[in-house]
Order: sequence, then C-alpha cells, then structure tokens
Amino acid sequence: MESLDDYLAKGAVGDLVPWSVQVSAMEMFSCSCAEVEERILSLNLLPARYQRNRQTISTSAQLRLFRSRVAVIGCGGLGGYVVEQLARLGVGNLVAVDPDVFEEHNLNRQLFSSIAELGKSKVAAAVARIGSINPAVSVTAHRIAFTASNGAELLQGALVVVDALDNIPARLELSEICNRLGIPLVHGAIGGWYGHLATQFPGEELVKSIYRNWSAGKGVEQQLGNPSFTPAVVASMQVAEVCKLLIGEERHLRGRILSLDLHAMEFHETGV
Amino acid sequence: MKVTVKLFATFQKGRFTVEAREYPQGIIVDDIITELEIPRDSLGIVMVNHRHVELGRELVDGDTLAIFPLVGGG
Repeated sequence: MESLDDYLAKGAVGDLVPWSVQVSAMEMFSCSCAEVEERILSLNLLPARYQRNRQTISTSAQLRLFRSRVAVIGCGGLGGYVVEQLARLGVGNLVAVDPDVFEEHNLNRQLFSSIAELGKSKVAAAVARIGSINPAVSVTAHRIAFTASNGAELLQGALVVVDALDNIPARLELSEICNRLGIPLVHGAIGGWYGHLATQFPGEELVKSIYRNWSAGKGVEQQLGNPSFTPAVVASMQVAEVCKLLIGEERHLRGRILSLDLHAMEFHETGV
Repeated sequence: MKVTVKLFATFQKGRFTVEAREYPQGIIVDDIITELEIPRDSLGIVMVNHRHVELGRELVDGDTLAIFPLVGGG
C-alpha cells in the first residue's frame, strides 16, 4: 500500500498540497489533520493555505511555527485578533485563557463575538472559530482567570506568551511568572485611540517598568473604552513579534516600548 | 532653563500638546507633574530624551520630557 508520504508527494501541485488532498489523506491513512499538516511540512512541501506566506516565511520556518506552542492570556479585544492571526499564520498549538463570556459591549471590537455568541464563553468561541479556519491548529481553552497560582501550569510548554489581559495587576503577575519560567512575553495594552507594546525577554523587567507609576485601578481605557481599530492594530503588532520570536528573526521590539496614538497617527519609541 | 514638555493622549486635554517651558535649575520630573496637575495614579510612561525615567529624575537645560497616561486595556 502507498505510504502517506508518497500520497502527499503525489498529490502536491508543485510543492503545494491542496486542502482536498490533506482531507483525503486524513481519511485514507486515519490521521488527524495536525498529523497530515506536520507530514506535509516535514516533506518540505507546503499546505496550499500558506502559499502567500512563503515569501515571508520559508517552509522550514512554517514547520517551526507548526511545532510551536503560544499561550494567549486574555481572549477579548487583543486576544481574539491574536489567536486568529496566530492560527492563520500556522502556529500549531495555541493556549487561550479567559474566564469571561461575551457581552453586548464586546460586539464593537472583539473578533470572536457575535449576537449568537452573547452569554457564551470567549475561549469556546476561539476554539470553534479556529476549528473552522484550520483544524490542524490545536487550541487548548481554559475558561479561567490567569492567576499567580495557576499561571505556571497554564504556560507550560509555551515558547512565547502573549499578554492580552485587561488589567494591570494580572499583567504584572504574568510578567513575573514568564520571567520565572524563562519565557519571552509580548506585552500589549490599549485604551481609546492609544496603545503600546513591548517584548520582554527573560530576566528583563519591562512590564514592571512600564507600570512603575501604577498604584491601583485601570488606565485610560476605563474612561475612553476601546474602539474597533485599536485592538486590531496592537494585536497585529504583537503577532509580528511572536512570529519573529518563533522563527528566530532577531529584530525584536527589545528594550524599548512602542506607543501608538492613532488619533494623531503618531508612533513613539521609549528606551528602557 | 528650557525644558520641552510633550503631553500625550488624554493629558493634552485642557493643557497643551507640546511646549518649551521655563524652569529653575534643579527641578525634577515630579515637580512638573505637580505643576501640570496630572494625577499620579494616571501616569504611564514618563520619558526624558526618549528614555523611561523615575519621577525623581532631575532635568537639565534642553531636555525633552514626555508624559503618557496609563494604558492597561485589552
């Protein structure tokens, strides 16, 4: 009988393996979607869905992404876009953490929210959405709040962590736990027209430094709320940072904070 | 001495965006924040000449001080 590798190689058009071949391979060889995607990439072939990635991400880098695990802490405004973009990028293992259900005031910006999802779990919506985009991507959902006591367990195996939280004390906890576990953290925060992001490497105290003047309460987001575009912009920039960390590109947002003012359309860089 | 003060986002409201302001020698960042009546609990990144600094940082002639509000939403 023909092997899975032979079947995939024969089904490839050039080096692209169409989705229809991926699906029939799953059926013929009783494999999961993830197993077939991993085989395709290991053969130096490319699932056809990634053909527009290839001038940015090589097939070997695509395999690295597929074998990577990224934890996204918070699955609201930032986190929804982050999960979606990481999945479309081809990151194979995602961990989504958020205790909340969708409410009406999320509909203006949160990607996975919809009328049908009101009252339902944000992380469950993430699982369903990613399943409909690429079933080869595994999303592990935790419908709980990230805390100092469950943090290490939630982040286990993650190569990179994304801070998409909505409150400063939890962000400080997350940053500390990432440091303890030696995991790089891509921090992003938004409020109104404004936002900032930074990548914290193990041993650095970037997030603590950003919030050094904080004592209690929330930031400008409490007064300004968040429109549709600010989370999309900051989340996309966070995903670009995650991508570079995973594939070994070295031009990170390191030792500096990028602040965005989408009202004045200005970007400012702060060294730390 | 002259210090250029730049305010960002919500801090511009009722104040200014950027101004070259006159201050006495020895002034620290915290004094300017008091003068501008910016509540301490709303302070985010505070930078002098593009570096994030402590509020006790002493300013010198020609410095640029930039003050951002706290941003923590997701």
